[in-house]
Amino acid sequence: MATTDPKFLEPNTISVTGAVAEGAKRWVLHVQEYSVLSARSVTNLFSPPYYVSDVLDQMDIIGVGSLPIVLLTGFFIGAVMVLQTAAQFERFGQTALTADVVSLALVRELGPSITGLLVAGRNASGMASELGSMIVTEQVDAMRAMGTDPVRKLVTPRVVATVLMLPLLTAMADFLGLIGGYLVSAFTLRLNAVTFWTRAIDILVFSDLMQGLTKPIVFGFIIATVGCYQGLKVKGGTQGVGRATTQAVVTASVVILVSNFFLTKLMLYLAGHVF
Amino acid sequence: MAGISIYNHRDECSAGSTTARTHDFRMSATPDSEPVLSLEDIRIGFDKGNVLDGLSFSVAPRETKILIGESGSGKTLILKLAAGLIQPDSGSVQMLDHDLGRMSEKELLAFRRNIGFVFQEGALFDSLTVAENVAYCLREEHVDEEEIEPRVRESLRFVEMEDTLEKLPAELSGGMRRRVSIARALVTRPRVVLYDSPTAGLDPVTSQTIITLILRLRDTQGVTSVLATHRLQDAFGLASYEFDGRSGRVVPVAHNGASRPSGAATTFVVLREGKVYFEGSPRELADTRDEYLRRFLL
Repeated sequence: MATTDPKFLEPNTISVTGAVAEGAKRWVLHVQEYSVLSARSVTNLFSPPYYVSDVLDQMDIIGVGSLPIVLLTGFFIGAVMVLQTAAQFERFGQTALTADVVSLALVRELGPSITGLLVAGRNASGMASELGSMIVTEQVDAMRAMGTDPVRKLVTPRVVATVLMLPLLTAMADFLGLIGGYLVSAFTLRLNAVTFWTRAIDILVFSDLMQGLTKPIVFGFIIATVGCYQGLKVKGGTQGVGRATTQAVVTASVVILVSNFFLTKLMLYLAGHVF
Repeated sequence: MAGISIYNHRDECSAGSTTARTHDFRMSATPDSEPVLSLEDIRIGFDKGNVLDGLSFSVAPRETKILIGESGSGKTLILKLAAGLIQPDSGSVQMLDHDLGRMSEKELLAFRRNIGFVFQEGALFDSLTVAENVAYCLREEHVDEEEIEPRVRESLRFVEMEDTLEKLPAELSGGMRRRVSIARALVTRPRVVLYDSPTAGLDPVTSQTIITLILRLRDTQGVTSVLATHRLQDAFGLASYEFDGRSGRVVPVAHNGASRPSGAATTFVVLREGKVYFEGSPRELADTRDEYLRRFLL
């Protein structure tokens, strides 16, 4: 006669609070591990050995490699901003103000954010997949077995390269955005070059440039550390690499957008009190 | 056998390179009576319980210790513990007179340069060429560039892969990758080499080539080895044959490996449920009547 194992009749012991507590613990652990990795990537800068050639390689991959998409996106963001704002300003006969708006929006906000998100999509995923593949194929263990600190060799050069490259990419995106804006305003609003460029440059003050070029430094740090962290914690073979890649882009993008709010608040405060 | 010459002078490792960093670890020579590697009461567990549960064994100088066990029995874990790549939950790991549990990660990084580690799939850096892979450790130690090239060539000649210097790992077969991995492990002239299933997934002929290389390294350099495998034929091959330096051939061992004249004994450790289930000579394993052990012999 078939009988039922008593253990299957026991009530499910997994409680909601237990699951929440477990999830919270995992989240805290992730934050702790991410913080330690980020701190080590910075402290490594103050002691040898330095991997200068790795930094240059990464600057080429991140900076030069991302340039085409950043320029293209910047150009069309500037162009579409003029299209969107021109209709409103035409109602008041103030079409020249489009230059002010495009310039301020690009330099303060859109340039850093869009460039950050693009580089996150391109490079955070690349870092996660590259480092994740190295974990899966035991290359990181091999590195440690041969006496190399993987954080020093793999993470620090990527952090340094991204932090150095992102402000430059942002400046290029801002410039191409202004060119895009100018071309559209010249063809659709018949705005002359002198008016556009004079207004676009004059509207900017020092604090705008500070804001526009400080944010990419923070965003660059976020992109590299999140990408490397997700790559180095890969588990579960190639499937794990795929998950880490997606997670890197999502996490880096969300953290960039959230930190952008607080950075803007801080920058506006500093603009009013310091600069 | 021209390639072997440099490995007869392992003590010159740091002295040979004027700019090489000399670590204290290199200077501490383990007396012949002291074990090179000693694991005592090791326990380490993951989500599903303890993988190693009170494991203890030691490896004497020039000994070849062969770890046998089913998949998931903790063979790779033992090698990683021996290299200090992971730390046990409890117990102690002594390697070359150093308690690895008491060393910081920074000290361990320097210490590991005394140990060669051959990973299961080779673990070659796929963005570097064969020559760059083998030279990696030397460049990390800031050895002179003029010295690096001959040492890399010599190491690759030892594994008969000198013609692949500029190839990328992706262009090599599985067996060739393992051979390059062995070359990379021995380029620093380590005192101990840890092999993680070096013949796994290879055809019998390539496996034999790898085993012959390990055998040559053991018998010409007197390197202490720990080899994890689940292929008993490879293990008995290592125990039953030796490399004759004069004829340059692999010949059967008269004593079946238990007490080689050179002192390079080969012993087996069979793992079961996180513990040492059997430890003894190849002859003792071959003659066993134990049901569990006989499963490996079939």
